[in-house]
Amino acid sequence: MSFITSANFLWRPAAILRHAVLIVTGALILAPFVWMVSLSIRPPGEIFRASFTFWPAQFYGVENYTKALTQAPLPRSMGNGLIVCSLILALQILVCAPCAYALAKLRFPGRDLLFGMVLIGLLLPHQVLSLPLFILGYQLGILNTYAALVFPYVVSPFGIFLFRQFFKTIPDDVIHAARLDGLSELTIVWKIMMPMALPAILAFSIFSVVGHWNDLFWPLIAVQDRSLMPPPLGIMAFMNEEAGNDYGPLMAASTLVVLPLLVAFLAAQRWFVEGLTRGGIK
Amino acid sequence: MSEPLALSSGSEAPSATDGARTLPSLTASLRRSRTLTEALTAWTLAGPAVFFLLVLFFLPVIGVFVIALTDWQFGARTLSFVGLANFREAFADGGFRTSLFNTVIYVLIVVPGTLVLGLVIALLIESGKSCRPFYRAIHFLPFMATMTAMAIAWEALLHPTIGLVNQTLAAIGLPTANWLRDENTALPVLAVIGIWQNLGYAMILFLAGLKSIPKDLYDAADVDGADLWLDRLCTVTLPMLGPVSMFVVIVVALRAFECFDTVKVLTQGGPGHASEVLLYTLYRESFEYLRTGYGAAIAVVFLAIVVTLTLVQTRVMDRKVHYQ
Repeated sequence: MSFITSANFLWRPAAILRHAVLIVTGALILAPFVWMVSLSIRPPGEIFRASFTFWPAQFYGVENYTKALTQAPLPRSMGNGLIVCSLILALQILVCAPCAYALAKLRFPGRDLLFGMVLIGLLLPHQVLSLPLFILGYQLGILNTYAALVFPYVVSPFGIFLFRQFFKTIPDDVIHAARLDGLSELTIVWKIMMPMALPAILAFSIFSVVGHWNDLFWPLIAVQDRSLMPPPLGIMAFMNEEAGNDYGPLMAASTLVVLPLLVAFLAAQRWFVEGLTRGGIK
Repeated sequence: MSEPLALSSGSEAPSATDGARTLPSLTASLRRSRTLTEALTAWTLAGPAVFFLLVLFFLPVIGVFVIALTDWQFGARTLSFVGLANFREAFADGGFRTSLFNTVIYVLIVVPGTLVLGLVIALLIESGKSCRPFYRAIHFLPFMATMTAMAIAWEALLHPTIGLVNQTLAAIGLPTANWLRDENTALPVLAVIGIWQNLGYAMILFLAGLKSIPKDLYDAADVDGADLWLDRLCTVTLPMLGPVSMFVVIVVALRAFECFDTVKVLTQGGPGHASEVLLYTLYRESFEYLRTGYGAAIAVVFLAIVVTLTLVQTRVMDRKVHYQ
């Protein structure tokens, strides 16, 4: 009752105020995106002329985006990002899922110790490990290769943790039934547990792919070759080369790098929020 | 759990042939071999993960501590143990102290800014029914956008002559600045970008927190005469958001301590050392100057800060669980 009356009473001014404030904050949040896209379709002459218009007098998008795609070389960087992210994700699932299953469903000596190791792994920020990992990569002779970009992330403590939590919610009866059918433990992991854990896999995949697509720190250390650079490193190299003066193509390149994740996010918002917030919580 | 099944299937076959005397020992040894098999299976399944955890996490951490005690420079053939000299040098060195100080300032701007804005936006979104997903999506965008690319966009936005920020300020008659090249503004501007990036994340956490407040608490507050929106906010909403807020503070602080991309792209720690932060110093000393031992010492300091914060976070989370 009181809810309805107060809602009626407050509807107009309060609701208008709510929209007004949220539209202003939303516009401020979007400003860098909008400005980026706006500059990416302007000719050089219009970039250096003060103006507040989003749409340029002369549409220069084709030239800028062509330049970003051919000179940056952006397709190569984005391909690298795709290769590296998929390799990392595939290896992480391959390594983490069986371990998580053992932790969730099997009883064995050392289980608590192993889980303790996973929790300590969760605690360690990757940047701290970068020096020894760099030396390890150097000793293995894999620096400046795809392997260098991938190897530090082969195992993800967060992946093990998340999968374990999810596997624990799957009833033991399912596993007993599978064992009676003569399935091996490994088959149970891949054929029974993984299909049931799809939500956890999806959340983890988004967490992993977003993290590694956006990562600048480790690629900066691990590779020097232009042909191996993932997107963030690629656009940084492009920026330094162009000395930051040729804004049009640079903004076009930035737009193209940000675009895949933004589109994916808008298509699957709920999963992104789930994956990324759980990731931070660890 | 699996015992009854295993017992019955294991005990039927021998009981038909042997007498009752051998049965207990047989099932006992059967069970023993079953636990042995289970342990073996478990360690085989976990094997790869254990191997990589040791090689990629535990050995490197030990490595960082050991290297931090040496004067090793990457590529040098010799090294000697110098005890805590690297740490002494770090804390005596003006550069590192500035970096640590800058990082703390950065965190002290980003955390309250993100907390307050995230909370206000979450409250506003939750206070009405319309356009909720729309507003939520917009405010969450920066959190997942590639920061390197967005830093480049921010650079254009903050450009002294053609940037939208200075154009706007000039148009309304306010003073402009060369934001990223001025000692006084570089770090605060980076912090504003940090808030821009993280407030959507705080908002999501607060929205989840708001959803979990039981409705009857508001009814009780109504009965107690707290029928104004502000009363309800102060008596119910904010106190109930306490644990979430604490959590947001720590998670955002952790993210702020790990600030690197914007500094690398926008200021390279400059002008002077005005925007040099911990992770950037770590990167520069370790991988540009190749002062490996010194870089490792900085890594240890960084690790200490992050681990402390994370442990506080776990304590807070534990208390939150008890509280519910």
